[in-house]
Amino acid sequence: MGDGGGLRADLVLEYPFTRTTGPVIGAFLTGLREGVITGIRRSDGTVMVPPVEYDPVTSEPLTEIVEVAACGEVVSWTWVDPPRPQSPWDEPHGLALIMLDGTDTPLLHGVLVGSAAELWTGMRVEAVWRDERVGHICDLAGFAPEVPGAVA
Amino acid sequence: MRDVAVVATAQHQVAALTGTTEVQLMVPLLNAVRDAIGLTQADIGFTCSGSSDFLAGQAFSFVHTLDAVGSVPPISESHVEMDGAFALYEAWVKIQTGAADTALVYGYGKSSPGSLRDILALQLDPYHVAPLWPTADAVAALQARLLLESGVSGAGELAEIAVRSMRHAVGSPHAVRSSADVTVADVLAEAPVADPLRPSDIAAEADGGCAVVLAAGDLARGLCERPAWIRGIDHRIDAHGLGVRDLTRSPSAAAAAVRAGAGDDRLDFAELHGLYTSQEAILVRELDLDDDLLVNPSGGALAGNTTMAAGLMRIAEAAARISAGEGDRALAHATSGPCLQQNLVCVLEGE
Repeated sequence: MGDGGGLRADLVLEYPFTRTTGPVIGAFLTGLREGVITGIRRSDGTVMVPPVEYDPVTSEPLTEIVEVAACGEVVSWTWVDPPRPQSPWDEPHGLALIMLDGTDTPLLHGVLVGSAAELWTGMRVEAVWRDERVGHICDLAGFAPEVPGAVA
Repeated sequence: MRDVAVVATAQHQVAALTGTTEVQLMVPLLNAVRDAIGLTQADIGFTCSGSSDFLAGQAFSFVHTLDAVGSVPPISESHVEMDGAFALYEAWVKIQTGAADTALVYGYGKSSPGSLRDILALQLDPYHVAPLWPTADAVAALQARLLLESGVSGAGELAEIAVRSMRHAVGSPHAVRSSADVTVADVLAEAPVADPLRPSDIAAEADGGCAVVLAAGDLARGLCERPAWIRGIDHRIDAHGLGVRDLTRSPSAAAAAVRAGAGDDRLDFAELHGLYTSQEAILVRELDLDDDLLVNPSGGALAGNTTMAAGLMRIAEAAARISAGEGDRALAHATSGPCLQQNLVCVLEGE
């Protein structure tokens, strides 16, 4: 107390457990470590990225992991400025739902451009990988505008 | 089914509660609802609350708040880590089973000590999304852009919702954002903070609490001159993943409204728990509300959003209005999760 600012105390929240990610989420995270993005095929043939263990409509278990493209199209976006202190990004950045080529559900990730003016719905983007990958969504540093003619 | 009614309500909401604990916040509110109908805690059959340990920063934080209720002699009690509206649903079910005839329901939240828009990232997928720490506003902005660019809503429509909320909130004792003279042009002139969302599109954060007493049948009639009868109540949920559903829709809201019987008769007004103007626009469509229906006479959650109580406050606002004779039939809505993922609809009627 003292200055009228209320009581203050440091508190460290801990989660002293380990988890296994299982055959579906685990496959996705392992893929990221190898530098590939994977999805999962539903019984109607559509592909969901990131893969989920159960079909969100029919609830049936899903098992068919497929490798998908590391490039695609922005379907919705916003601009994050200032960057959030806990996030993997130190600079203002885009945040977007990205429909990777050949997939049917968009992936949420950052888009690495300098200003909101460089973002638009329908823009082509490609994955930017970190050099050191550990099997985590942040193995993707984000997505950058696709360079025309370059091989993704 | 047993007839169950809201027979007393109390709420308190301010921009920031400083130097006040959740227990200190709830003591006067719980006393107010019980005193209003002459009940003591010994007369309450079931007590149920909604609050968040993530906001309090402490596991089982709701146990402390039971000090405000009074739990000696022992009481029958439960808690949901959700808005108090969902605690009200549990209490309604408890009364339906016959295990209780009265219930005390409350919800409360103090988000001002932390950063709510960041904390809410923790409700997202823990492997694919939460590690990116998207703010609640950023996630809502992705939904709002889809809504705007699909042509379902225009920026003008969203600004009109913001203006309506601020104007209705004038004179509302619990609103923390109101304005009698704000215009659509004023709102559209604001710079986006989570593009395309402008400050007035985003619910005003608040701290506060709400308490409600439910009673069954003739007991309700004896406690209250004009009980607000719960004619229908239902909640439904959509898939969790942000990419796996059409974010311009909220099928769970539509399903809850149908199952609660919202469209079975004329409504006099609706209280909606939309946390962004874009969400309110989606809700008006999904709940199939008439264009000329009075929406959010209190200003709604946009005028004051106490996380974990804003939904229960919608039910309390609707019930208080009905009990005061300012309407005969109302829809109250509460939401949970990102982008209107889970929705509760409660239809209230006076006799």
